[in-house]
Parts: sequence; structure tokens; C-alpha cells
Amino acid sequence: MVQLPLWQRVLILAVMALGLLYALPNAVPRSTLDSLPSWLPRSQVNLGLDLRGGSYLLLEVDIAALEAEQLKDLAATVRDVLRQARIGYANLGAREGAIGFSLRDASKAAEVATLLQDELSDDVTIEQTPSGEFRVAYTERYLEERRANVVVQAVEIVSRRVDETGTREASVQRQGDLRILLQVPGADPDELKRILGTVAKMTFRFVLTDADPAAPPAGSSVLEISGEEGQPSPGKLVVEDRIMVSGESLVDAQLGYQQNEPVVTFRFDGPGGKAFCDATSNNVGRLFAIVLDNKVISYPRIREPICGGSGNISGSFTQESASRLALLLRAGALPAPLKILEERTVGPGLGADSIEAGEQASIVGIILAMAFMTAAYGLFGAFACVALLANLILLLGMMTAIGATLTLPGIAGIALTLGMAVDANVLIYERMREEQRAGRSPLLAVDAGYKRALTTIIDSNLTTLIAGILLYQFGSGPIRGFAVTLSLGLVTSMFTAIMLSRWLILVWLKRRRRVALPI
Amino acid sequence: MALSKHFSHEFKFDFMGARGWFYAFAIVVVVGSIALVAFKGLNFGVDFRGGIVMEVKTNGPAELDEMRSDLNGLGLGAVTLQTFGDPDVVLISLASQGEEEGAQEQAIQQIRQTLGSRVVEYRRIESVGPKVGDELRTGGIIAAVLAMLGIAVYVWVRFDWSFGVAALIALMHDVIGTVGFYALVGYEFDLTTLAAVLTVAGYSINDTVVIYDRVREELRRYKKMPIPEVLNKAVNATLTRTFLTGVTTLLALFGLFLLGGEVLRGFSAGIIVGIVLGTFSSFGLAVPLLTFTHLRRRKEEEGAEKVVVPRGGKKA
Repeated sequence: MVQLPLWQRVLILAVMALGLLYALPNAVPRSTLDSLPSWLPRSQVNLGLDLRGGSYLLLEVDIAALEAEQLKDLAATVRDVLRQARIGYANLGAREGAIGFSLRDASKAAEVATLLQDELSDDVTIEQTPSGEFRVAYTERYLEERRANVVVQAVEIVSRRVDETGTREASVQRQGDLRILLQVPGADPDELKRILGTVAKMTFRFVLTDADPAAPPAGSSVLEISGEEGQPSPGKLVVEDRIMVSGESLVDAQLGYQQNEPVVTFRFDGPGGKAFCDATSNNVGRLFAIVLDNKVISYPRIREPICGGSGNISGSFTQESASRLALLLRAGALPAPLKILEERTVGPGLGADSIEAGEQASIVGIILAMAFMTAAYGLFGAFACVALLANLILLLGMMTAIGATLTLPGIAGIALTLGMAVDANVLIYERMREEQRAGRSPLLAVDAGYKRALTTIIDSNLTTLIAGILLYQFGSGPIRGFAVTLSLGLVTSMFTAIMLSRWLILVWLKRRRRVALPI
Repeated sequence: MALSKHFSHEFKFDFMGARGWFYAFAIVVVVGSIALVAFKGLNFGVDFRGGIVMEVKTNGPAELDEMRSDLNGLGLGAVTLQTFGDPDVVLISLASQGEEEGAQEQAIQQIRQTLGSRVVEYRRIESVGPKVGDELRTGGIIAAVLAMLGIAVYVWVRFDWSFGVAALIALMHDVIGTVGFYALVGYEFDLTTLAAVLTVAGYSINDTVVIYDRVREELRRYKKMPIPEVLNKAVNATLTRTFLTGVTTLLALFGLFLLGGEVLRGFSAGIIVGIVLGTFSSFGLAVPLLTFTHLRRRKEEEGAEKVVVPRGGKKA
């Protein structure tokens, strides 16, 4: 066999051309790429956050806080039901994950059970302890459904909030049961944390002007008034628990100005506007509080019915904090608070330095390896170098094409792949040398060299590939970036060593019919 | 002129005769590494222990002592500072600030305020809560163990169980030795470093399998030759390749070690040491151990010179 079969030659050329086509955009500046026709591949390889700079945040939905909140709501509902039915109760409150209370008149137990079951349907279990205490708790099924919903909603809200900041290419992924992984290139981590650290649950409620903050009447709470950013609260206010209108009824919120002070202007949806109109019409002269996450932002007096369906919130805002609040209101409230479990931020300076260092190191590594191969094997060593370069192009093209992410450890993976790519050629050449020594003609030696080295190459590369795939599967962060380049590099190196360098050698053999191989 | 012309065609080193020395060396490496890890300990990075690491660029060469005493006065536990590569780049690390919500963020804010204008750029901030640190550690260990087992199973399927066991022992030697190296020099041990250890495993098994392939072939060819001699032949026949591949890979890695920046320095140093260990263990452990695990036993069972040729692989 003096020549590779035609299909193999076509395959090699096609693969190389595709690899080059996908790899090339990485060598071209972004601005030039944007002006290219759209049918050409124009994407560059994804750089990991460690190379391009950015923030990686692992968030966890605070389920404990959510469930405490749910119990509070449940307590309020139970209280309402009992009050409306005019049934006396005592010691109503949350205990051990349930609402407990006792009846003043034990004979009404059956009636209470029916009332509560009607109001709360199948979502709760109602029990009575031997001592006569009622215990109302959410069912496990309900809690689980709720938990699942909450995480889905949280992912949605987090993406909306991050999108609203105008950040491009942010990635928000759900991870496990309760976690959200957020990767944002080039963002300011502090601003990001400020945006995500707020639940942004807004409500409009009436202020009880005459109530004593030391002993708030039932169905009301004492809330802090929020001061300017970083300043202590200027005081407290007694506010009804009943909600006039909630933030969910807002359809838009924007930064605005009133007498040169930054304010947040908003619009209600239809029902929200109607509810607000009704409430303000019947309560002219009273104070209402705009409450954000249990803090009063402002408490204006109702001078006249507000029926236009829009309004604005003034408070001690800076332009920054007002536009942030507007953003949070537009994106919606989080269903539960988020905790930051892990944060990794790389500044753009370090990222650029890492790219430069990685590039330099790779180039030096490649040159050293190629020089050594050429010294060791002469012309055949040079063929191996061509295969090595082709391997790099293919690897880069493949990573670009499938959208894999290149990280700093990934660059190290590329350096290591070089070693592996060379290994295949070394194995083949050593076999050729042996065959030649055994007295075979150059052509037969080349042929046998490839054939007999093949099993070894496949065996040794597959074992490493297994390691690479397992690393990708079970590893996280840097390990993954490394596993990607290592595994892809193994595949491309097998191709270039077995196919491309063989073709080169065969072409060379055909041109000059040597009596001995130059190795 | 290719140097390969001058390579000897027929090395005749007596590897099997020296196997007692190899075992002794391997035992020293393994025992020494375990002792280092047990008594000196690994310098766990933020990934595994939880806590905060900040890499900052200061306004001119860093006044380390002053910064150190200021930050240690904040009551955040021990804060360690060291320059990182350049005199104006400082690495600040803190222990985990506990489970309490927001504690880590507050600590970061406090440090930022305290450093004020002394810092011109926050190059990197990593904050890992204690819970996540535990999870990353467990996940990392699982990945490593699975990768090693996966490799051993492949070798077992492709060759024979005895090859699998010997390869696994050699692999453990390399991995333990590399971890021991990290304990010895005190480089930070984190997720990136763990990737280095697993790379070593990958390279080492690659090296071992190449020689094993040759062992299988020689066993088939020389059915009457005593086992140690066959093994010797196989190691000698692959020696040039072992050397050339090893040197090429090491050259590429030296590039990373010298120029790849601080983060990759510890990473590439570990791989370099591991590759040396892995190359040694292929001929020093993986091959000689075959005399224990498989070949000798079968020979005795069958009471003949004949050796059962492991399955797999085409006839050459």
C-alpha cells in the first residue's frame, strides 16, 4: 500500500478544513468577525471566568426562612378564621413547624376543625393533642411542591434581575435541589450581591398612627423605617399586617425625579390600580406605608384618592439606590431569600495576565517539544510536529464548535495533550525502527509500524480518556475545564497521529523511494 | 541527522534483577508521603477548607507588616498575607467565618474598608462557605477514586485481573507520592491541584499500558522463556519510547512551570514530579509486580513452563 485509500485522504482533508474553519475566528479580532457574512463560523472559544474576568456565585434558596414565613401566613389565616367565627382562642403561634392554639370553649373543637379544613383544603393536617391543643401544619406533599416551585421561580427571578442590569452572557443554572449557580462575566460582584441579596417583597399597608410601638395591637407589626444607605434607622412605625396592594400588582417601575430628588415611579395592573383606588378613596387623611422587605421606605399621607393607576415612591434615595429598587420591582420579588454559599471573582486584570501567561507558556512548551522531536527523529520528527500543530488547530476548532469553555487548567490540559500526541508518534516510529531492523523494506516497515502500534495507542489513550470523562462527570469548576481539553485533545491527537502523519510519511515515501527510513 | 539513529536498538538493562531496590524505593516514597501528610499535613486551599482568599494589587510594593497587623486587628481570626509573584501583589487568606449568614461577605467588606486606597485592584476574590468546602472535598475524593478504579477496571478487562491489580498498585504509588510532594513543599492543595494529581494518574496509566501491551506481545512470542526475562525484554524494548515521551511531556510542562503564572506553578510542579514517579512506577512496580499477581502463580498451578497468555489484543 503506497497510498492511503481515497476516502481516508478526503476524510483527513475535510476534518482539517473544518477544524481550521472553526479555529480561525479565534485569531481574528472581534470587530472583523462581526463584519463577516453570517454563514461563516464566527464564534470564538468560550473563555472561562478565570480567564475573562467575572463572578461565579453559588446561591442557595433559604428554605428555612421561607417555611418560617409560610407558618406566619398560616397563623394569620387561622386567626382570621377563628375571629370571623367568633371563637375564643389562646396561645396561638408557631411551634415545632406547626401552628398551635387552644380553645377557650373546648366544645367547639369539631366546629373549628371543619372551618379550618374548609378554608385550608388538603394542604394542611389538623390534629388535636390529648391536652386539647390544636396543631395545624402543612402536609409534606404541599411543602415539597412549594419547595420545587420556589426554586424554579427563584431561578427565573435571578435571571430577570441579572438581565435587567444589562449584563450579557450571564448564565443562571439550577444545581441540585435548592441551589442556583450564577456565572456573570465582567460584572461588579458587589452590585451583583446587592441585587441578589434583596428579596424585594413590596407591600402597601396602612399605618396605625395612634398605636403604641411597645404594645402593638393584634394584626399589626412594628416595622423599622429604613434610613439612608448605611445609616441607622430613624425610628419605628406600627403598620397593619393587612395588605392594601402588594408589589405583585406592579407592571412597571422606573427611576424618576421629583423636585430634583430621585424617586421610583410605578404603574399598577388593572386590579391593583382598582384596589389602590378603593383603599385610598375610603381613607383620605390616613398614612400608608410602603414596605419593602419588612422595612418602611416611606409613609406618605393620602391627600386625595389615587386612581390613576400609577404613582411614585419617594424616600431617602440616591440615584443609584432608586434605580436599583426600580430594577428589583420590575424583575419581581424572590420567593425566598438567597444565601451565598460560594463566591469567586476574578478581576479583568488577572484574567488578561492569565491568558498571556497561558499563551506564552504553551508556545514555549510547544517549541521545546517540537525541537526535541525534530532532534530525535529528524524528518519524521518534523512530520510529527506538523501533526502536533494540526492537533492544536483541531482541538481549538472543536472546542469552539461545540462551545466548550477554556479555563486556565484547561490550558494546562492542552500542554499535557501535546505530550500524549507526541507519544502516539513515538510509539509508531519505534515500531518502524524495529520492523526495519528485522529486515523489512521501508514501505512494509511503515505499514507494520502503524498497524502494530495502533492497539497500544488505543489502549493507552482510552484509559486516559476514561479518567478524563470521569473527571468531567464528577469534578467541578477547574477540574472540568481541564477534563474537557484533556479528553478532546486525546481524540484529536489520535486522529492526527494515526491519520495525518501517516499520510505525510506515505507521500514522502512515494516521492523518493529510499532504501532506509531516516530514523 | 536524527538522533534516533544513535539510539541503541537493544537495551539490556536488568530491570527485574533490580526489582528489590525498586520496591524499597516505592515503599520509601509511599510511607514517606503518608507520614508527611499525616504529620506535616496538606496546605488545603480555600476550596477544601472554606474561607476567603483575596489577591490584591497594592499601590507600589506592598507594606506587608503594616497590612498584616491592620487586618489581624479586625477580629476575623488569623489573616495570613504573602506576596504572590510580584512585590505589589498580595495574597490574603482567612479561615472560614462560620455558617452564619453573610459572615463571609461582611469579612470581605471589612477587609476592603481597612485596606482602603492601599489596594488599587482586587484581582481575585474567592469565598467558600464551610458547607461547600466539605462538599467539594468529598466530591473531589469521589472523582479521584472513581477515576482510578475506572482505569483499573479497563486494564483488567483489556488484559487480565492481575494486570489490573498491579497497575492499580503502581497508580496508587504515583498518586500518594504526588500528594506527598504537595505536603513536602507546602503548595496549596485545592481543586486545581487535585486535577494535577488525576493528570498524573492518567499519564502514569498511559505509560504502564504501553509496556503492558509489549509484555503481552512478548509473552506470546517467547512461550518458554522464564517470566522475569520476558518482562525484562518488554521493558527494554519500550525504553526509548518511555524516555522520549517522558522528556517531551516534561518539556511542555516546564514551559507551564516557568511561565504559566502563580496559579499554574503549583499545578505543573505536581505534574512534573508525578510524571517522574509515574514513569518509574511503570517499569519499577507495574511490571515486576506481575510476577506476584498472576504469572508466577498460574505457572505453578499448571506445573508447566507454559504461560497463559492474557486475553485481548490481536495477534501480531
